[in-house]
Amino acid sequence: MRIMAQMAMVMNLDKCIGCHTCSVTCKQVWTNRSGAEHIWFNNVETRPGQGYPRTYEDQERWKGGWKLDRRGRLKLKAGGRLKNLATIFANPNLPGIKDYYEPWTYDYENLTTAPAQEHMPVARPKSLLTGEDTSITWSSNWDDNLAGSTDNTHNDPILKKIGDQVKFEYEQAFMFYLPRICEHCLNPSCVASCPTGAIYKREEDGIVLVDQDRCRGWRQCVTGCPYKKMYFNRKTGKVEKCTFCYPRIEVGQPTICSETCVGRLRYLGLMFYDADRVLAAASTPDEHDLYEAQRQVFLDPKDPEVLAAARAAEIPEDWIEAAQRSPIWALINTYKVALPLHPEYRTMPMVWYIPPLSPVVDVVTETGEDGESHTNLFNAIASLRIPIDYLAELFTAGDARPVDLILRKLAAMRSYMRDINLGWDTNEAIAQAVGMTGQEMKDMYRLLAIAKYDERYVIPSAHYEDAHKLENVATECSLNVDGGPGMGGMGGMDASFGADPAVGSPSTPSRPEGVRINLLDWDGTGTPKGLFPSSSEQAEKGGSA
Amino acid sequence: MSVWNTFIWLIYPYICLTIFVLGHIGRYRYDKFGWTSRSSQMYESRILRWANPMFHFGILAVFMGHVMGLGIPQTWTDAVGISETTYHIMAVSVGAIAGFCTIAGLIGLLYRRRFTKAVLGATTKMDKVMYAMLGLVVVLGLINTVSGVATTYNYREGVSIWFRSIFYFNPQPELMVVAPLSFQLHGIFAILLFALWPFTRLVHVFTAPIGYIFRPYVLYRSRDDHEGSRARRRGWDKVDTIPRRR
Ligand code: SF4
Ligand code: SF4
Repeated sequence: MRIMAQMAMVMNLDKCIGCHTCSVTCKQVWTNRSGAEHIWFNNVETRPGQGYPRTYEDQERWKGGWKLDRRGRLKLKAGGRLKNLATIFANPNLPGIKDYYEPWTYDYENLTTAPAQEHMPVARPKSLLTGEDTSITWSSNWDDNLAGSTDNTHNDPILKKIGDQVKFEYEQAFMFYLPRICEHCLNPSCVASCPTGAIYKREEDGIVLVDQDRCRGWRQCVTGCPYKKMYFNRKTGKVEKCTFCYPRIEVGQPTICSETCVGRLRYLGLMFYDADRVLAAASTPDEHDLYEAQRQVFLDPKDPEVLAAARAAEIPEDWIEAAQRSPIWALINTYKVALPLHPEYRTMPMVWYIPPLSPVVDVVTETGEDGESHTNLFNAIASLRIPIDYLAELFTAGDARPVDLILRKLAAMRSYMRDINLGWDTNEAIAQAVGMTGQEMKDMYRLLAIAKYDERYVIPSAHYEDAHKLENVATECSLNVDGGPGMGGMGGMDASFGADPAVGSPSTPSRPEGVRINLLDWDGTGTPKGLFPSSSEQAEKGGSA
Repeated sequence: MSVWNTFIWLIYPYICLTIFVLGHIGRYRYDKFGWTSRSSQMYESRILRWANPMFHFGILAVFMGHVMGLGIPQTWTDAVGISETTYHIMAVSVGAIAGFCTIAGLIGLLYRRRFTKAVLGATTKMDKVMYAMLGLVVVLGLINTVSGVATTYNYREGVSIWFRSIFYFNPQPELMVVAPLSFQLHGIFAILLFALWPFTRLVHVFTAPIGYIFRPYVLYRSRDDHEGSRARRRGWDKVDTIPRRR
């Protein structure tokens, strides 16, 4: 067993309102530069739709990700190492700028310098590539909310896969949003296709990064990534990608996209996995088994054997504890409601999704039926083949069963919780129908619906040095305690909301128990617990610091 | 020998060679971020698709030809029984094919650079100087190769020996003085191109990713080893309270 830690994300698609706040804040932070106009580390796609860049999911065309060769071994879909080097001068599978869009600006100056005239002066769009007048024909979310769907949507590679049944049943239109960032894969094909070796996965947290000093602009990774989350910066001639906001993660803060998400639908946490099993899992012959195979790669952070391995691998205690509290683990393994995006690319992606029940609920309520009754919803799930097959193509390589089961769980939760909220008798049969208990239903509901900041984001900070531990001992305001008048006690308000997550809110258990002391409570005699690091702690520090 | 000849075949090569070496060291040290091929494939790939491989494979063959012609003494090829005529026929034919490929590729590349607006917009002044110099050197080189059919000048007894003598630090400039004009010009501009080299995108040649064949697919790096890819310089140590191992 080679245990490694991975920062991972889960998004609950039912809650995404398609507001693009995440894209905009991400762009402001990371890619608000000339040359990076088309670079959206975070983008939100309306599905069905072509996605961004256009039709990126059509791997017969773009050749991203891995495939199995005839002998069942994993190979890059774009070809082996020699082919990679041979196509370095002209990459046959590289998206052109038009597959993203032609970046533009507006001639705002004209608004102030135009002479007096009969008509209002206009700010014409100007191409940033040529400087000339241009007409805007596409952008990163041009087909938002199915806009222009009659012209565009038939190009959606997923719709093509589920075939012609869509055409005549299309009146039952459905739609949802798919926010996407880099998947920070366990078996990243971008890393594997970089000829220089400039891309790497961080040992500590699995974040995949590009070394900008070593990237030579060979752009093979753009092809290699099946999610097209490697972006070539046309000005610097180097490739950039989502960084999982590592400077924030390192100090325990969530990524910008998560922090600003209006739907509060993103969860962040650690997953332990066995790096020795990744290759075998990614080589699983049947695409339908890939979801389950990836789940088997994860290690249970409460299993004593795993704990021993984690300690042997010098994973710090607070990281182990964070892995045990990880909402990602709960969503993927406890409740089994999250699914990977396109497991068939065999990169073992680490941003997972809770499929949306809303297309089903919408259909039920449109017919005037009760959209919160589990029987109605179960029946609808059983009969609404198109949305379900579509979701299955996204999340389980086309296997509808896991999607079915998850949607039934979400439907059951909806129905079960309605009974509670309206003060009706709870109906345990609803929970049992999806193999859960009432308590599990409530717990899942808590995590999905009301989880607060520090339940959604369980991020242990990186270990720069031991100075952080000293901070916890006596350098903070001693009034800063639960319910106290200091910064931390925010009375009835959501305490975690206002607290600086870098410092940690009082309830953040990433701070060892008993270390926080209140000097006001100290009568001056004796040594209160936690005033000085205990000798066992010191011994431990000596051993592992 | 005139002052001019001494300068151009003795001093000038050493100056340019020094710039070449120090320039690369300096650029690698201080401008790793600028070290890239600056591909423009995103803007235009229809012409690039044939022109770029044609140019690059052509120029790789040309390079190998120069290694043979300039680097390997005639006595060695004689010793393994390759007669001067066989060598000459081989060199001229292979050299001409490689040269024509290089030029055809280069023309394609220059065409798209000039006439695709987005590519033109991404062209720097240094690119233009570099293309002019590269084009000139390649054309002069091809003239030399092709004229080899007609003339009797054996560069392996002249230019090549001079070229090697530079690296032995025992220069023989007189050999170049008697070389034909086209060889002299090819030499002069090639040397100038080498002096420009470290300041252009041509640096990408020296980071050709051969190691890719041998390395594992997925790479891991520790965060600690990689706070910036340069080693910290003296006087720029981080504020570490306690040295840490993790
Ligand atoms: S999703 Fe991210 S980690 Fe995975 S292959 Fe693409 S760029 Fe690499
Ligand atoms: S900010 Fe949240 S709700 Fe808005 S588009 Fe992004 S993921 Fe969806």
